[in-house]
Amino acid sequence: MTGQAVIELQDVWAGYESDRVLEAVNFRMEAGDYVGLIGPNGGGKTTLIKVILGLIKPEKGSVCVMGVSPEKGRHFIGYVPQIQQDNKAFPIKVWDVVSMGRLKPNPLSNLYLTETDKAVIERSLKQMDVLDLAKRSINELSGGQRQRVTIARALATEPKILLLDEPTSSVDSRSSSQMYDLLAELNKSISILLISHDLTAISTYVKTIGCVNRRLVYDEKKEITSEMLSGAYDCPVDLVAHGLPHRVLPSHQEEDDHD
Amino acid sequence: MIDLLRNMFSYDFMRNALFASLLVGVACGLIGTLVVLNRIVFLGGGIAHAAYGGIGLAYYFGQDPMLGAILFSILSALGMGLVHLRTKARSDTLIGVMWSIGMAIGIIFVSLTPGFKADLMSYLFGSLLAVSGSDLQVMALIAALVIVFVVLLYRSLQAISFDETFSTIRNLPVAALYLVMLVMIGLTVVVAMRIVGLIMVIAMLTIPPATANLFLKDMKGMMLLSIGLGWLFSIIGLILSFALNLQAGSIIILVAALSYLGAAAVKKLIIRPKA
Repeated sequence: MTGQAVIELQDVWAGYESDRVLEAVNFRMEAGDYVGLIGPNGGGKTTLIKVILGLIKPEKGSVCVMGVSPEKGRHFIGYVPQIQQDNKAFPIKVWDVVSMGRLKPNPLSNLYLTETDKAVIERSLKQMDVLDLAKRSINELSGGQRQRVTIARALATEPKILLLDEPTSSVDSRSSSQMYDLLAELNKSISILLISHDLTAISTYVKTIGCVNRRLVYDEKKEITSEMLSGAYDCPVDLVAHGLPHRVLPSHQEEDDHD
Repeated sequence: MIDLLRNMFSYDFMRNALFASLLVGVACGLIGTLVVLNRIVFLGGGIAHAAYGGIGLAYYFGQDPMLGAILFSILSALGMGLVHLRTKARSDTLIGVMWSIGMAIGIIFVSLTPGFKADLMSYLFGSLLAVSGSDLQVMALIAALVIVFVVLLYRSLQAISFDETFSTIRNLPVAALYLVMLVMIGLTVVVAMRIVGLIMVIAMLTIPPATANLFLKDMKGMMLLSIGLGWLFSIIGLILSFALNLQAGSIIILVAALSYLGAAAVKKLIIRPKA
């Protein structure tokens, strides 16, 4: 089963100055995959995303996106960042946010939107069911609506891969399950990599699951082993299954994060 | 009132002041919106003060101070921009340092220059009524440059202001765009300086967009309304300064600041009384 790798990391070590965050990370994702990566805060989830997007260079190891370097391949990635509170007040309309998905690298060729651009923007808005919000300012939207607009922006790039960072962090549970249904639909044509600390949500929807905590535990399976979790969370974890979805109740003797 | 206006604009220097206000209003409305949305007001202030170094040097070497100001504001814009891009977290400290170095250089070279230099004060506090024909030409040129810059790069500028990371992933030249934007801020600072002086330049850049942002939630709308407000504040300020015989730049700033406070109150009390 060796299809084409859409994202491939080989022995990647990365971090900031004196602080190494990722060690010996190997990861391979193929077309059509729907991977969920979980991990504690400070475990390197964000760093992993930055490495994949070419925003930071790993100290060691190689990263490929669609078979080329992240800088060359990242335009295939529809990136859905966490909603940032600080640009919540930015005065911009939903249509303009999503039209950023159509930006071309040459600033001068972004003078106006072509008919194709407009059609793609409209389709993306429709796909995420936010077309009726197009003229609204993003400040007026709920967390769930904003999240869908951000995904629509990623879709407007016509991505091969959708990369989502904590997609449910500011979304209530009802709109979050709607969102996961939409993602499952999108996965028919787009590979999805979803990164979150929300294990319950992830384990219900993704095809395969892995854990990031300095190292990456990923064996292309759906099951979460307690070994994987204790590795990921640095504390003993009890797996309690109430049918599906799996419920995880950590039995804590947790040391606080040192920062 | 009509008589006052007729009397006022019978003077050449008043007509020049009016044209200067209109040109600077355009540049400040467009660039000020970007400054406010990118939260780089402090950087704008830094560029303005560092430009004083250029004014001092130009004086010492017998050149046009305006030229020195332009050169220094471009250089300091690039310097502060590079610092800001490299060291996000600590950039305000380094910008503060460059801000002071510029001022210090200016003051030293001014004091080294022999002779009468009373109009140097005009660079600190503005001298709208002393705007000359050649000043107007420089202002028109810079206003035109700013318009071309914003119109051609609007979507890219909006993108880097709203979401730098996403723009990087779309492979926009974020750093280059950012530096060009700072150079444009530098040029705008130089022309605004003629009106209100380098110390109060920040007010000209920020008050009109901040007022516009109370009512408009769209960058384009904010830019256009800021231009209109800048014009309104300048014209009211100019008339008041003529009628009351007070310094024009300071009156314009006070008119702007009071209008902002009034608009904020109106918004709070009338438009959203429950909020």
